[in-house]
Amino acid sequence: MTAFTINGRAVDLAAEPDTPLLWVIREHLKLTGTKFGCGIAQCGACTVHVDGEPTRSCITLLQDVAGRKVTTIEGLSPDASHPLQQAWIAEQVPQCGYCQSGQIMQAAALLKSNPNPTRDEIVEHMDGNICRCGTYVRIISAIQRAAREA
Amino acid sequence: MTGTLQLHTRALSRRNFLITVGGVGISVAFGGLPQDASGASVAPAVEGGYRPNAWLTIAADGTVTIMSPASEMGQGIMTTLPLLIAEDMDADWDKVRVVQAPSDAEKYGNPGFYGVQLTGGSESTRGYYNMLRLVGAQTRKVILASAAAMLNVPVGELTTQPNRVVHARSGRSLDYGEVAAAGALPDPLPQATDADLKPSDQWRYIGYLTVPRVDVPSKVDGTAIFGIDVQLPDMLYGAVLRAPVQGEQPETIDDAEARAVLGITHIVPLSYGVGIIGETVEATKRAKDLLDVTWSTSSRIRSYTSDRLLEAYRSVGRDLAQTGVNAATEGDARTAISKAATVIAVDYMSDHVHHATMEPMNATALVTGDTVEVWAPTQGPTGTQGFAAEVAGTTPDKVKVNTTLLGGGFGRKAEADFIIDAVSLAKAVQGRPVKVIWSREDDVQHGKYRPLEAQHVQVGLDADGNIVGWRHRIVADSIFARTMPQLFESEGGHDSVVTEGAHFNYAVPAHQIEYIRQDNGLDVGFWFAVGVGYTRFGIECVIDEIAAAKGVDPVALRLELLKDQPRARKVIETVAQMAEWDRQRDGRALGVAYSDAFGSHCAEIAEVSVDRETGEIRVHTVWCAVDPGTAIQPRNIEALMITGITNGASHALFEQINIVNGEVQESNFDTYRVIRMSEAPDIQVAVVPTPGSPIGGMGQVGLPPIGPAIANAVARLTGGVRLRHYPFLPERVLEALNA
Repeated sequence: MTAFTINGRAVDLAAEPDTPLLWVIREHLKLTGTKFGCGIAQCGACTVHVDGEPTRSCITLLQDVAGRKVTTIEGLSPDASHPLQQAWIAEQVPQCGYCQSGQIMQAAALLKSNPNPTRDEIVEHMDGNICRCGTYVRIISAIQRAAREA
Repeated sequence: MTGTLQLHTRALSRRNFLITVGGVGISVAFGGLPQDASGASVAPAVEGGYRPNAWLTIAADGTVTIMSPASEMGQGIMTTLPLLIAEDMDADWDKVRVVQAPSDAEKYGNPGFYGVQLTGGSESTRGYYNMLRLVGAQTRKVILASAAAMLNVPVGELTTQPNRVVHARSGRSLDYGEVAAAGALPDPLPQATDADLKPSDQWRYIGYLTVPRVDVPSKVDGTAIFGIDVQLPDMLYGAVLRAPVQGEQPETIDDAEARAVLGITHIVPLSYGVGIIGETVEATKRAKDLLDVTWSTSSRIRSYTSDRLLEAYRSVGRDLAQTGVNAATEGDARTAISKAATVIAVDYMSDHVHHATMEPMNATALVTGDTVEVWAPTQGPTGTQGFAAEVAGTTPDKVKVNTTLLGGGFGRKAEADFIIDAVSLAKAVQGRPVKVIWSREDDVQHGKYRPLEAQHVQVGLDADGNIVGWRHRIVADSIFARTMPQLFESEGGHDSVVTEGAHFNYAVPAHQIEYIRQDNGLDVGFWFAVGVGYTRFGIECVIDEIAAAKGVDPVALRLELLKDQPRARKVIETVAQMAEWDRQRDGRALGVAYSDAFGSHCAEIAEVSVDRETGEIRVHTVWCAVDPGTAIQPRNIEALMITGITNGASHALFEQINIVNGEVQESNFDTYRVIRMSEAPDIQVAVVPTPGSPIGGMGQVGLPPIGPAIANAVARLTGGVRLRHYPFLPERVLEALNA
């Protein structure tokens, strides 16, 4: 059994300790907002926070999060009220939307450590997250808006 | 497995009403909304008992639930199409809930696209527009007739405001919810004609920047349900180990170690691979790695090596003795070119590209006896019914398809291979749903790539530099030969999606387009903008080559060749103004390109620089002006242009699938490079509609001009160095610079 906290809830799972955290979150805990994109930490679709740090859950094993705090998109805010979520709606960022949970989780970690990032800092921080619909320019605008309005 | 689309016609019955679209009567089904529509719904199910037709219901609280018939893969169609109904029925958009339509081509097929549910070709809005507006108008007439009976007044005295019927003379009014709760549907149902459509000056939603997309809120909090997110009771998981080379089969399967993995329930030999079924995703992945399979070695694809083939295609294009089929002929281009003072003869080429949708291929299926239910991120619910029925040994009417949201499509999810996986494995277990998830490596290595393609363009100029003839030879394998063989045959072996975009609106006195098919057996497929993505690369670069030969400005030359095309001139003039075309930039240059594909006009200008040491191209800013005819959702049109430009830059600069002896060399995002934020240009879009013009397609419009705009900018920056091979890899750029 592996015990950890997810979105403030304590869980204790019998899954194999070397199961990727991604599949634990998605298929054992049914929190499907966190997405599978590549499995090798190349695209960022699976980004969650582990003890507040943006983490690629596809290459993180269940045993790696024992005793730690995991936050997924579902736990970022109780009602989509996080400034980034509001900014994402205001800027109408998502197209297909599949990568956006990972984008928002990656951006949330940035604003937490750097509330007023420059454009270059945004780009540097977000460069590991692929958006195949190419919404990058609207993602940048939304992060800037969230920083402004937070 | 190949299959063809079943084309549908709507049968008339007394319970249906007739509307006329483009002079053709189309019957729209009455009633019969499914109670259990599920999947990608913004609303989970249909509510309300007042059902004017098969497209919507109205509940007593005034909630209007509208069916969205097309697949939402990012293009915003789940907002666009219901919005058309809402406009003409005068619904209050805040009270509208959108539900994904079930698989039922007779009710929900696209009247402008084979009558089926297949989302592609930028055909959804163009195909459904007239019908859905008439559905809205008919709905309004039904509501008015019900209200007239309730108020006991002549129907002609009634008007509507959003979600409300008003009788001005008596000062009374009824909310649509009140009509739905107490009104009776008129019998017979009133008919709607074009005369019943709301005039454009009274539109409340069409063309407004303030209408947000209905799917966006669910895409910022993790609640949106894509195919891969489907969860069902007792669900099993599936994976498929596919043959390393297309067409090979498993000869021996040693599954002893795979079967021993905890949670594995079935190993299922398939004609094209080996299926694994288990209680968890991780078990199926582990078992897949432990399978020991010997594959056949007889596939003709083992001789497929893409870079060698492309050279051969190029030779075919240049060898005028090799003839294919005539795709289009205007005048006598050959004779005109043979008598020309100058002939520009050049080759343009493009490598295979992959879709790499962020959501990898996946599907969930449940087979119970002769009934099948599928949950899938599919662009083609109708086709899915056919393929699933074939695999399960039943008939398409016994197959129910729940279309979820799609995490990207780009043509890849119009295919059926992932559907076939799920139904094959579900058939093996019977009575329990199976969700099959492809790995990214499966996704990249077993794609349906855009065809490898070479084109040879010849343009004859007279002594004054005027174009006298244009000959365009396109050399590639066929997509339709595999996916729509009847269509391919009926068009005499011309694949109109492979040559798509070769036909243009520039004024040239003689034009000939030839298609020379190369059949090398690889499954090639539809990609973002399909043929237009490369035909406009050739055309728009050649226009600049002509401008350079004549010593005239590329914008001026285009305007001259389009002097009778006011919409084309408008987008080119607009974009030139936005980019300050005539202003010189230090170390950077601008390039322009234009496209009239998909019924819309789009011009783009790219500002680029080139690192002459590394050969890396940097695209700094792209300006875009687009005329979609009527702009239904201008803000979403801007988003679609951003997508086309960013993705188009990605494919022009980076994207490439290499196949060596039938084996795909790339496998994931570490080897199949796509554009990232740090490489993406800044983008400025102007939407410049022409009211009263036909509706243009939108989804793919932004992509075709960006590649040639980049190449044309590089040529202007470097004193004429031409890039003629997609993608513009640094080594290719260096080679061109040093040539």
